[in-house]
Amino acid sequence: MQLYRAHVLVCGGTGCVSSGSKKIEQALTDELAKQNIDKEVKIVETGCHGFCEMGPIVIVYPEGTFYCRVAVEDIPEIVSEHLVKGRIVQRLLFKAPVTEEQVPSYKEIAFYKKQQRVALRNCGHIDPEDIKEYIARDGYEALAKVLTGMTPNEVIEDMKKAGLRGRGGGGFSTGLKWEFASKSPGPKKYIICNADEGDPGAFMDRSVLEGDPHSVLEGMLIAAFAIGADEGYLYVRAEYPLAIKRLKVAIAQAEEMGLLGENIMGSGFSCRLHIKEGAGAFVCGEETALMASIEGSRGMPNPRPPFPAVKGLWEKPSNINNVETFANVPVIYLHGADKYASVGTEKSKGTKVFALTGKLRNTGLAEVPMGITLREIIFDIGGGIMDDKKFKAVQIGGPSGGCIPEQHLDTPVDYDSLTALGAMMGSGGLVVMDETSCMVDVAKFFLNFTQKESCGKCIPCREGTKRMLEILEKICDGNGVPEDITTLEQLGKVIKNTALCALGQSAPNPILSTLRYFRDEFEAHIYQKKCPAGVCTAMLEYKIVAENCKGCGACARVCPVGAITGEKKEAHTLDTSKCIKCGSCIEKCKFNAIVKG
Amino acid sequence: MSITLTINGQKVTVPAGTTVLEAAAQAGIDIPTFCHDPELSKPGACRICVVEIKGMRNLPPSCVTTVVEGMEVETESADVVEARRTILDLLLANHPEDCMTCQKFGDCKLAEYAYRYGVRKASFVGDKSDFPVDESSAVLYRDMNKCILCGKCVRVCAEIVGRSVYDFTSRGFTTKVAPALDVGLGEIDESKCVSCGSCVAVCPVGAIVEKNMMGKARPWEVKKVKTTCPYCGCGCNFDLNVKDGKVVGVTSNPSSEVNGRHLCVKGRFGYDFIHSSDRLTRPLIKKDGEFVEASWDEAIRYVAYRMKEIKEKNGSEAMGVLTSARCTNEENYLMNKMARVAFGTNNIDHCARL
Repeated sequence: MQLYRAHVLVCGGTGCVSSGSKKIEQALTDELAKQNIDKEVKIVETGCHGFCEMGPIVIVYPEGTFYCRVAVEDIPEIVSEHLVKGRIVQRLLFKAPVTEEQVPSYKEIAFYKKQQRVALRNCGHIDPEDIKEYIARDGYEALAKVLTGMTPNEVIEDMKKAGLRGRGGGGFSTGLKWEFASKSPGPKKYIICNADEGDPGAFMDRSVLEGDPHSVLEGMLIAAFAIGADEGYLYVRAEYPLAIKRLKVAIAQAEEMGLLGENIMGSGFSCRLHIKEGAGAFVCGEETALMASIEGSRGMPNPRPPFPAVKGLWEKPSNINNVETFANVPVIYLHGADKYASVGTEKSKGTKVFALTGKLRNTGLAEVPMGITLREIIFDIGGGIMDDKKFKAVQIGGPSGGCIPEQHLDTPVDYDSLTALGAMMGSGGLVVMDETSCMVDVAKFFLNFTQKESCGKCIPCREGTKRMLEILEKICDGNGVPEDITTLEQLGKVIKNTALCALGQSAPNPILSTLRYFRDEFEAHIYQKKCPAGVCTAMLEYKIVAENCKGCGACARVCPVGAITGEKKEAHTLDTSKCIKCGSCIEKCKFNAIVKG
Repeated sequence: MSITLTINGQKVTVPAGTTVLEAAAQAGIDIPTFCHDPELSKPGACRICVVEIKGMRNLPPSCVTTVVEGMEVETESADVVEARRTILDLLLANHPEDCMTCQKFGDCKLAEYAYRYGVRKASFVGDKSDFPVDESSAVLYRDMNKCILCGKCVRVCAEIVGRSVYDFTSRGFTTKVAPALDVGLGEIDESKCVSCGSCVAVCPVGAIVEKNMMGKARPWEVKKVKTTCPYCGCGCNFDLNVKDGKVVGVTSNPSSEVNGRHLCVKGRFGYDFIHSSDRLTRPLIKKDGEFVEASWDEAIRYVAYRMKEIKEKNGSEAMGVLTSARCTNEENYLMNKMARVAFGTNNIDHCARL
C-alpha cells in the first residue's frame, strides 16, 4: 500500500458537485501533476460534509484544514502554498460570522461544534466507492460481531435497549418492529430499506447513501439476521442517480468480499440485496405503497393491519426501516446499546440529522443529539438568520410537520415534544422563516405539495386537500371570508381523522399549526386584506414616497409595464392600476422612496 | 372462536375475523359504504364507513377493521356523522349537479347517503373534474366526472372477470379510472373490454351506465322479472326490467345462484330481439314455395306426420338430431330421449362439437 504525506478531501456530495467540486478535483489533479507532487499527495472524493452553504469544501489532512468556497483559481495557491510550503491559505478559511475570525480547523467551526455525528460518522471522511476505507473505519465489524457471537433474539434485545426509533418520520421503536417481524412465522422474509426521501429540502438519506453506502448495507444485514430474512430491497428514488450508482458499487464490492450474498463471512447466514428505483411518487415513501411499487403495482397505500411484519412484500413478513435508521444500526453493536442510549432524552435516544434550509446563515446537514433545543440548532449551528432579519418560525418535519414560533424555541427536540407542539420529527427537514415570510403562504406551499402528491385513493385526502388549498389561495388572493378559518379547521380535523395513510392524516398539519400560532396573520389577510409580511402580491400596493424620491428615474426605466412616470429630478408617480407588483422598482431605488404594503 | 363486542350499546357476538361492518350488519345496523363489496378485495379507500371505536386513534374504517373482544363501537357518533357529512360534501363538490337527467337517479348511493345525512349541496366552491365522456363502447356510457373513485369497476374487472381493463391513472385530484393508455372502452383492440358490463353492475353512482337503458325508465317505474338467460346452457339469471309491458333493460340479480351479478355481453345487452319486428311469433309452413302462417297444432301435427313418414320409408338411420348449446340440460335430455326412443336412432349431436 502506498503511503502519502497528505490527503486532500474534495467533497463529492450533491451540494458541492453543483457548486463545482468536480472541476476543483480536476484542477487539483492537474496542479499536483504540474508541481510534481502527485505521488506524495492523494486526492479523495468524499461524500457530503453537511456544510453545503460553504461549498465546494476541500479539507487538507493531516492538519485538517477546512477550506471553503474554493474556486478553480484557488487551486495553484493551495498546492504551492499549503501542500508544497506548508503555509495555510488564510483567505480560504471559514470566517466566524460575528467575530470575522478565521477558523482553521474543522472541529472548531460553530457549525460542527455542537454536532455529534453518528449516522454521518463517515460522510466526508472516506471515499464512498472504496469498501476498504469503510472497513478501515471499523466497517462490517458490527456485522461480524453479530454473526459470530449473537443470536437473533440478542440482537433484537440490544436494539430495544438502545432505544433507536424510526428516523423516517414515524418514530416507532426499531427494536419492536424487528421483534414483530422476527416473531412472524414463515420461511421467507424480506428486509427493506426506505430510501424514497421526498420531503422538500430534506437530503440526509441522500448524503448517507452517497457518502457512506456501506453503513446502510451493514445495518440492513444486521436487521436481516435479526428477523430471519434472506433477501432485501433498497427502494431508492430515481432522482438520486449518484446514490444509486454508489450503492451498486457498494453492493458489488461487499459481494466480492463475501460480506453480502451467500454464506456471509462463512457464518452460514445468507442475504441478497437488490436496488429498486422509484418512479417519482412521494407517497411511495409510505411503507405499504412502497411495497406495492416494488411488486410492480401502482404506488398506493393499503390499510394497516395487516402490518408489513405480518404480511408485507409479496405477502411475506417484511421489515422496513429508513436509511438513517439503518446507518445508526452498526454503531449500536459496535459500541454497545448502553453507550448508544446514553445520548439523547428519556424517550428519544441517539442523534438525529436535520437538513437546515431557509433563511439561515449556515444551511446544510447537521447531526445533533436528541434533546438539543431548536434555538441551539438554528442560532448556534445554523448561525442565526440571514441579513440580521428577525426569526419568525421554523417548519419542522416536512410537509407533514408544522410551524413552530419563537416562544417554543427552547423546547428540547425529541419525537414527543415536537408532536405536542403540533409539528413532528418527520425525516428532519427544518425550514427557517424570517419576518419576510408570510405564514399563510408557507402553509399554502406545503399543502400544494401534499395535494399534488396525494395518490388519489381516499376521498378525504384527494378531495379535502384540494379544497383546503383552494381556500388558502383565496385567502392569499385577498378574497378570504371569516368562515374560511372555521372551514379549514373543520376540514383539517376530518382529514386527520379519516385519511387512509400518514400522508393524508398529516397533510393538514402545516395549516393547523400555522392557524394555532399565527392566526393573526390569517385574520389580517381576511379582515384587513393585508399581508403583514408583504408576500401575497394580490394585497400589496406599491407607493412612491414623494419626499424621498430624487427623480433619478431608475425605477421608471426598470418598470416592465410603464407604471412609473415623472419628470427628471422631480418626485415620480406610480399608477397602481398598471403596476404588476413585480418589485423591480424597489430593488432599484437607492433612496427607499418606494414602499409596499 | 366467537367474539362479543358492543355496537351502539348493543351486544353482538360474531366469529373471530369478522369485520366491524359485518358485525354491524348482523346486528341490523347499516353503515354506509361506497368501495366495499363482499365479493371483492378490500381497499378501505372511501372512508365513508368510518366509525368511532373506544381507545382507537382517529376514526377507523369499519370495512377493514377486525372485531376484538370487548370492542366498543359507535356508528353514528357526532364525530362520525361530521366525517361522513364532510366526505359527502367533498364528493358533491366535485360532482355534476345533473341528477335530474342522470340514469342512476333513484338508485344512486351518493344521493342516498346525501339524503340520509342531509347534505343538500356542496359547500365548497372550486375546480371540478372536466373529463370527456367516453361513449365509444357499444353498450356502456362512461362519465368519469361522476366517478367517486371507489375502484369497484377496477377490482371486479381484475378479480372476477379477469380482464383488468381498468386501472387508476394520474394522481391526486386528477385521478381517473381508465383503460390502458386512456383509450375509449369501445376501442376493444386496445382496451380489451369484452362488454360484459360487470362494472356497470357494481358502480354505486352514475359513472358507468347501460347505454341502451338511458332515458328509457326510472328505477321505480320498472317491474323486475327474474328470468333465465336463453342464450346458452349456463342458466344465468337476471332481472328483465319491464315498463308498460315492454322489456327496457336487463340488470343483475344478486340472488342468481349460477352467476351472481355477472353476465356476458349477450345476456346483459342482447335483448333487443324481444320486441323486434323481424321476430317469428307464429309457426310458418311452406306451401307452394311460400311461407304461410299456421297454428301450433297444425305445425306440430305436420312435423310429426313427416317424421313418421320418413322413418317408415327410409328407416331410423336416415334421421339425425342436432341440438343447441342455447338449450338447457333438461331440454337437451329430452331431445336425446326423442332421438333414441321415438326416432330409434343414435344420430344425435350438439352444435358445440361442430
